[in-house]
Amino acid sequence: MSLKKDTPLERIVNGIYTENPVFCLILGMCPTLATTTSALNGVGMGLSTTIILTMAELIISLIRKIIPDRMRMPAYIVVIASFVTIVDFLMEGFTPGLYKSLGIYIPLIVVNCIIMGRAEAYAGKMKPVSAFFDGLGMGFGFTIALFLLGSVREIIGAGTWFGMKVTPASYVPVNIFVLAPGAFLVLGFLVAIMNKLKIGAGRRVGVDPALGNMCGDCANCMKLGLCSGREACDAVKEAVPSDNAVTASTTPADKKEGV
Amino acid sequence: MNERYQVSVSPHVRDNITTQKIMLAVIIALMPSCIFGIINFGLHALLILVITPAAAVISEYAYEKLLHKKVTVGDLSALLTGLLLGMNMPPEIAWWIPVLGAVFAIVVIKQLYGGLGSNFMNPALGARCFLIIAFSGQMTTYTSNGGFINKVWDVPATTDALSQATPLAYLKLGEHFDLTSLFLGNVGGVIGETSALCLLIGGLFLVFIKVIEIRIPAVYIGTFAVLTVITAAIRGYNDPFIFMLEELCAGGLMLGAWFMATDYVTSPITPKAQYVYALLLGVLTWIFRLIGKSAEGVSYAIIFMNCLVPLIENYTKPLAFGIVKEKKSDKGKEGEKA
Repeated sequence: MSLKKDTPLERIVNGIYTENPVFCLILGMCPTLATTTSALNGVGMGLSTTIILTMAELIISLIRKIIPDRMRMPAYIVVIASFVTIVDFLMEGFTPGLYKSLGIYIPLIVVNCIIMGRAEAYAGKMKPVSAFFDGLGMGFGFTIALFLLGSVREIIGAGTWFGMKVTPASYVPVNIFVLAPGAFLVLGFLVAIMNKLKIGAGRRVGVDPALGNMCGDCANCMKLGLCSGREACDAVKEAVPSDNAVTASTTPADKKEGV
Repeated sequence: MNERYQVSVSPHVRDNITTQKIMLAVIIALMPSCIFGIINFGLHALLILVITPAAAVISEYAYEKLLHKKVTVGDLSALLTGLLLGMNMPPEIAWWIPVLGAVFAIVVIKQLYGGLGSNFMNPALGARCFLIIAFSGQMTTYTSNGGFINKVWDVPATTDALSQATPLAYLKLGEHFDLTSLFLGNVGGVIGETSALCLLIGGLFLVFIKVIEIRIPAVYIGTFAVLTVITAAIRGYNDPFIFMLEELCAGGLMLGAWFMATDYVTSPITPKAQYVYALLLGVLTWIFRLIGKSAEGVSYAIIFMNCLVPLIENYTKPLAFGIVKEKKSDKGKEGEKA
């Protein structure tokens, strides 16, 4: 994809497709596997996480310069926990049914590793606008993943979709898909499909003419092994100096290496 | 002259045994039980025993064709998986359930992990457990519309049980079951598990032609038998030994011990590891059957132990020939060198 880095649109595409937190980063597995027993639960969990993630990333990005480096984790958790408390109370008041079925997983958003991960890797370093849209993109990516997972599990496992009967009367629900093993099975298949799509897309669209299939963003890349890997990438970079070599989101250590 | 000095890598001793021959031997060994199952439960059992292996073979062929892999249908392993799965089905089950199970066994449990030799769990048992969780109602309804033997033999009144529960469920309730019919197999249950006699013939045939070692089944059944006698004695049953024999003949223990726990891919390689594996299998089956709530526990015990095989093998690694066992203090360092 040739979108400019860290623009709002790029962040949203990145969250939904390029670095989808569930299908590509394999983060946040606990709520992903546990709350997707139905499409509604999945969407509910996804949207509440999106709100918390977006607001937390925005606030963390705004105060990033006044948080001492050594105290950043507790500071992030305070910010995240505040928003979780707000969402928790709002859901209890306005959507009691959903609140009841999600149960402990709403308070557990505090320690959701997507939120912690994005705060640490992105919001703590970037400008508020980018951080806000990163949160939005990641949240939408998470919501879409949970929606897909919940839909597949609910349709196969219970024969319904958002509570409506969608299968013929003679269909026998395959109960296992609503239970824990089904969550792992469906997630595995969805990740496989996503990988297949991505590899196909990589072949069709040469990412960078100088780097060929390799994006050069190995520090953030979760698909090592799908491309020729870091060494091949570095070799090309040495031969053809490219702006892509140092990306905004690489860690300081990587920057030193790159320069 | 030069040829004399050519050195090739091991193995140097070759045998003309092939995967195909081994699988064929196991299939032949299963035939008595299959035929007995058909006689016992009628034509629907025959249908299940035909379509399940067919579905397994077709799904293996389709998967390998679609992914442009070498088609390995010829090694008969898919056929065997399908046959074992079919033997694990209740006699009057709807035909599409075992078909779904066969596809699951081959595609998910076997092929997605890399095909024959790479699956960490026995495909037939994995699929059986999948089906039990998915369709618990259908998978535990052991109705039988009556096979041949029921009508010919003068069966005891307990045969009413045939439409409701397996002998194991009756034993669980503390009732006795006729030992002779348990041994011969004229009882309810899944298609292939009822006749301890037929399974024993098949198992001993495999031991005799050296396809399997007697180690795993012997230790497995032995451990379970000892633990069962002790439990029965402690609980104060009338005849602990009769109870033990009934537990041995009823349910899937014989089928599991002779044909499924001995699967080459999912059982340990070295004798020492096999002893540990079989011992733990016996203990687990005892826990599931006699301590736990359910009546049957062989399949769960076996797939549970399948998952532990790498761990067992890691702790029972044999020393290479010529290496002296080091003292504990410098074991770590020497181990790396070795």
